[in-house]
Amino acid sequence: MNRITSFLAAIGRNVLAALAMLGRVSLFAARSFSHMIRPPFYPRELASALLQIGWLSLPVVGLTAVFTGGALALQIYSGGARFNAEAVVPQIVAIGMVRELGPVLVGLMIAARVTSSIAAEIATMKVTEQIDALVTLSTNPMKYLVVPRVLAALLTVPLLVAIGDIIGIAGGYSVAVKSLGFNAATYLHNTVNFLEIRDIVSSLVKGAAFGTIAAIMGCYYGMHSGRGAQGVGGATKGSVQAAAVLILAANFVLTGVFFSL
Amino acid sequence: MIELNNVHKAFGDNKVLRGVNLSIPKGTSMVIIGGSGTGKSVALKSVLGLVTPDSGTITLDGEDVTKADRDAFLARFGMLFQGGALFDSLPVWQNVAFRLLRGTLARPRDEARDIAIEKLRRVGLKAEQADKFPAELSGGMQKRVGLARAIAAEPEIIFFDEPTTGLDPIMSGVINDLIREIVVEMGATAMTITHDMTSVRAIADNVAMLHDGVIQWTGPVADMDGSGDPYLEQFIHGKAEGPIEAVR
Repeated sequence: MNRITSFLAAIGRNVLAALAMLGRVSLFAARSFSHMIRPPFYPRELASALLQIGWLSLPVVGLTAVFTGGALALQIYSGGARFNAEAVVPQIVAIGMVRELGPVLVGLMIAARVTSSIAAEIATMKVTEQIDALVTLSTNPMKYLVVPRVLAALLTVPLLVAIGDIIGIAGGYSVAVKSLGFNAATYLHNTVNFLEIRDIVSSLVKGAAFGTIAAIMGCYYGMHSGRGAQGVGGATKGSVQAAAVLILAANFVLTGVFFSL
Repeated sequence: MIELNNVHKAFGDNKVLRGVNLSIPKGTSMVIIGGSGTGKSVALKSVLGLVTPDSGTITLDGEDVTKADRDAFLARFGMLFQGGALFDSLPVWQNVAFRLLRGTLARPRDEARDIAIEKLRRVGLKAEQADKFPAELSGGMQKRVGLARAIAAEPEIIFFDEPTTGLDPIMSGVINDLIREIVVEMGATAMTITHDMTSVRAIADNVAMLHDGVIQWTGPVADMDGSGDPYLEQFIHGKAEGPIEAVR
């Protein structure tokens, strides 16, 4: 009986800790959004964040999407062949990339590349007293460090998702046309005709949500990191784990919102 | 005048400040000494609002620092951090001119750069260092850049957190002389925390010793050697034997 009670208590403690953490992150996110609409603004920091998060993520997003689109075409073709449905490759690649794989994979790549980098950078600034220095220089760290990064992710990740969707479909198209014997014009016609506005909107909304989650988690863990190298490492690891899990959970919720209606 | 009245601060079970009382008259240089982990940095950060005291009051010219307008309050301060705390992503001149490039003290970029170069010269650095990044500079140079940043907006009050830690004796002497010159030249109020006794003698008008969370002794630097306080005696002579436990 004692063991069962201890086991349940341990579960309860973890659930409470997770909920408390979620509450703190939500308050942090709310604070960062409230600072977005109140001056002062830091356009140079925003421009730098747009470059770092958006432009410099293009290669990894492009490579991820092209290989995923190609592999998806091969999978659907071989799977579809089991019930004579090889012809659905263009439609399934399009819907798979735009609705699901494009936003999720871009979100996860951003979590790996951007969340880790934001968390490590801000955590290092914290342990070397650079954040205290910002405060003494009359600069609010939320406005100077957090807002530009969150805003840049909110604006650029949907664009990255759109580019990833296009490149992924192009990857599927290349494989289908070059290796699987599809007609190029028919493939494109089927892709374009099959996609609905709702598919594209859901993809972009997911991109915005995942980008925001990735940046918020990086900033939150960075600003709350422990001391020393271990603190920086812990913040980086924790931020990527939390961002990845939250992105997948948000994907489930958003998919339900868009496609269960 | 900066005044700390019965300031307490604990981190969990660790009671760092246990009723600190200290006055720093305007235009004077106060040096707080004490062993590692005795709360010197916490006391200094409490004044700046980087740490919130659990109880007690801190006033600047009679106004409670927790109730003051933050921007106007912080605009009166400059601070040299122990490790420099320079922003890695910005070149040296933008570090120095940080306050002059944004916020209420913002000026045109060219003017801010000229002021930064002049402040760099004031701390003995050449103009060609201005476009380097902090990581390209030696520890002593980083300290000097930090000092230039602390004085760039000509603050009324300057805090120095362990200004000579990690520097060789010659560079420590250079930094001590610079601090003294700048404080006198600007007529600023200075608060320094250190455990380097050479710095104390070079920088201080008044000295306060923090031990066990309270001010153990305070007085003019000239009275320090004949204070008769066993804690201060042990500290300034670096004796292992005495009322301060060597192992803390």
